Amino acid sequence: MRRIAIAWFVLSAILTPIVVAVIAPTLPPGNATEASSNQVFDDTVLLGIVTPIAVALGVYFAYTLIVFRRRDADPAEEGVATRDNPSIHLPWLVGTIVIVLFLAIFGTVELTDAGAGGGQGPSPAFKLSGNDVMPVQVIAQQWEFTYRYPTYGGVETAHLELPVGRKVELHVTSLDVIHSFWAPKLGVKADANPGVDNVAYVEPEEELSFEIHCSELCGLWHGYMFDTGQVVSGEAFAEWISEQQQVFAPATKVLPKYSTQYFPEPERRGG
Amino acid sequence: MSSEALARPLWRRLIGFNLLGGIVLGVAGFYFGWWLGHQIHAESLDFFGDTNQNDVALMLGYVFSVVGFLIGLGFARYPLARMLGKERTHTENEHGGSGRYFGLCTDHKVVGVQYLCGIGLFFFIGGLNAMLIRAELLQPSPQIFGAGNYLTLVGLHGTMMMGIMTSGVLGPFANYFVPLMIGARRMAFPRVEAITFWLLMAAGAILMTTLFFGGFPTGWTGYAPLNDQANFGFDSYIFFFALVGLSMMLLGLNMIATIITMRAPGLTWSRLPIFCWGAISTSILMVLAAPVLIAALLMVGFDRAVQTSFFLSSAGGSPYLFQNLFWFFGHPEVYVLALPGFGIILEILPVFARKPLWGYRIAVAGILGVALLSFFVWQHHLFVSGLNSSLRPFYMFSTEAISVPTGLVFLAGMATLWRAKIRYTVPMLFCLAWFFNFFIGGASGVFLSDVPSDVATHGSFFVMAHFHYTIMGGLIFAFFAAIYYWVPKMFGVMLSERLGKIHFWAMFIAFNSTFAPLFALGLMGQPRRVVTYPSHLEPLNIWVSVSAFVLGASMLVFLANVVYSLVFVRKPAPDNPWDSRSLEWQTPTPVPIENFERRPIIDTDPYDYGVPPVPLVPPGPAEAPAPG
Repeated sequence: MRRIAIAWFVLSAILTPIVVAVIAPTLPPGNATEASSNQVFDDTVLLGIVTPIAVALGVYFAYTLIVFRRRDADPAEEGVATRDNPSIHLPWLVGTIVIVLFLAIFGTVELTDAGAGGGQGPSPAFKLSGNDVMPVQVIAQQWEFTYRYPTYGGVETAHLELPVGRKVELHVTSLDVIHSFWAPKLGVKADANPGVDNVAYVEPEEELSFEIHCSELCGLWHGYMFDTGQVVSGEAFAEWISEQQQVFAPATKVLPKYSTQYFPEPERRGG
Repeated sequence: MSSEALARPLWRRLIGFNLLGGIVLGVAGFYFGWWLGHQIHAESLDFFGDTNQNDVALMLGYVFSVVGFLIGLGFARYPLARMLGKERTHTENEHGGSGRYFGLCTDHKVVGVQYLCGIGLFFFIGGLNAMLIRAELLQPSPQIFGAGNYLTLVGLHGTMMMGIMTSGVLGPFANYFVPLMIGARRMAFPRVEAITFWLLMAAGAILMTTLFFGGFPTGWTGYAPLNDQANFGFDSYIFFFALVGLSMMLLGLNMIATIITMRAPGLTWSRLPIFCWGAISTSILMVLAAPVLIAALLMVGFDRAVQTSFFLSSAGGSPYLFQNLFWFFGHPEVYVLALPGFGIILEILPVFARKPLWGYRIAVAGILGVALLSFFVWQHHLFVSGLNSSLRPFYMFSTEAISVPTGLVFLAGMATLWRAKIRYTVPMLFCLAWFFNFFIGGASGVFLSDVPSDVATHGSFFVMAHFHYTIMGGLIFAFFAAIYYWVPKMFGVMLSERLGKIHFWAMFIAFNSTFAPLFALGLMGQPRRVVTYPSHLEPLNIWVSVSAFVLGASMLVFLANVVYSLVFVRKPAPDNPWDSRSLEWQTPTPVPIENFERRPIIDTDPYDYGVPPVPLVPPGPAEAPAPG
């Protein structure tokens, strides 16, 4: 048992820092936004906990499977008939419970930071602090996303552009079935439910272009429901949005008034 | 079947209440329901809307088909005879030759074998679907099946595996071995036991008919309102899962009643084999969760066929309702898949470690704890859905809390290996691989339960890798451990050890090589169930596909082993080839119809292995011996 403990200590003392300091920071989704760097931080902490546990199991199994194998000398050999050792129960239980409590508290603390980029429904429990928040509506339908900027005259665009360093409140909704707006590099994922305003917060910290995928099966062309978006500088964004306003001015007039949810005509199948 | 009946010519014996009769009446019932549905539809066309898809006809077709199938198998004979006040007119079909396996048979051993073969068939169909899915994903854009057929394949694979394999362990192994382990003559409700199997087969056949009706694009989750929009083929999903739910529920009730009431004298709860604990806790989950699924599917059926709007937000319903109901069933369901694995692993480990099961009580506590907690975690499937964001910390905590009872199961298993004399037989190898796979599955589950981390991976291939590690790595490895362990008792024939080891190593390596890269693919942004993906993910996808084909080939090694060992070599199995102390191995092989000559009387648990430990200090007179 002592040899296992020593091997575990040495190995996890070597491996854990490698995993935490070298591997974890390279993990997707990267550090483009507050939410995504929080996600990487969470993964780093969890890896830091999981690695020593994995090493413990690995060392234990390697030791027992080799040392306690049956030798050919005596094929009928039996193990030692120990049935239990209650003195292990309590430390084991306490250990696992402490880890679980830590994980739950840590996760909750991380979650309270604006919901960690996840969709939180119409009344978010974990709001983004500050009042200079730009609302952007993500409207999903089979099989594309469109984006609506209510603070810019309710213009609806085919692509998503966000200004860097600006707090953004995404209102994700759907016109037909359930979709899910997933921008991996932004660290944002929010289901688009018909008739539901699903709010997710994002604060881009660097200029980049990012992929957008639908991550909830939404029918035939689900696989093709992807898109790219850009995070650009504030000036570039102002220029882009005013251009969009001009280009789409005729269309904006006939769009329904901006609302957090749209109920399309009920499309009922037959019996 | 009497000897007189056996003397009849073969064609005469085929006519009667058996599988053939069931199929004939099932097909006839389908056309009757189809016709009836069109009568109803034609007379009140306006009420049901105006499309060429007649869901009413298809659904009635399925209903009458199942009823006809069961009547053809002979399930109506006994209740009808009793209702008419007649004497019992037919024997229970427990005697006789191989014909028993193709009809209603109330012998739990026959039902166990039926289950193993039937489930094996659908397992291979489901696996074949997976091969086709991976073939399509060899290229970043669809070349083989196209988007629609691809989604149908994905749906068929998921639905088949999650539906049929719920009974993958309880059906064959618990039905066969729980009565033997508890010293009983039969299950508590033998006819119920038989009907659970035939309902499952009817369900599987119905799911396959979706191919005639255009498939379904919803995956195994079948979320509303996509399920309302889906075409004709979705009706077969509804009926498949409803029948699976019914079968699960009846199987669970039967199992609970059997284990509670039919234990042999002396078989106290603290002597019950751990596999029976796994079976009874799984059964409790089945009984409590399956009705929710059946109710939800009935509502979907109504939404589709008669224009209710339980789940349609455009008409006052809520898609969240379906998600909640589905996952209230669905999360216990994944533990329905995992818990029998726990039972099998802890049952087999002591036999090959030649040691008693360590910490029996904490192992039982772990299994029951997982079963209990599984009802309190379902909203972690909806972490980004926008539902109840203030409840997320609770569901995060409850999900993480499952690792406490699971940890107890791990502790019991790991400590059983300490100072053991491990025999590396094929079942033991599968058991040990279970620890490896299930740890990776569980550890990745910790990432998914953490909401911020989950936002990055929800609905991606990461989740897919996670649940394949827990279900395939957990259940299917335990399933094969059980096959290699118990087939000598079930079929009286030893499986080839060498082919078994080739199967194991091929499967274990290919399994990890298939699913470990999926974690990376998910993190890099490949969503589930897509037919296209960014081209920079192509090399990794090709790697996964090739590994998946090797994994599929390892199943062919298993099939070859079955054919080679059961058909050609037929090396007779001794009564107790593994030198096990468990009660089921104390019966002769093949097990006689009455199971035991006399009711066994149990005075110990079945883990009485090993040499007693030498105490360092001789026990003093005041020290009581530790309770067994």
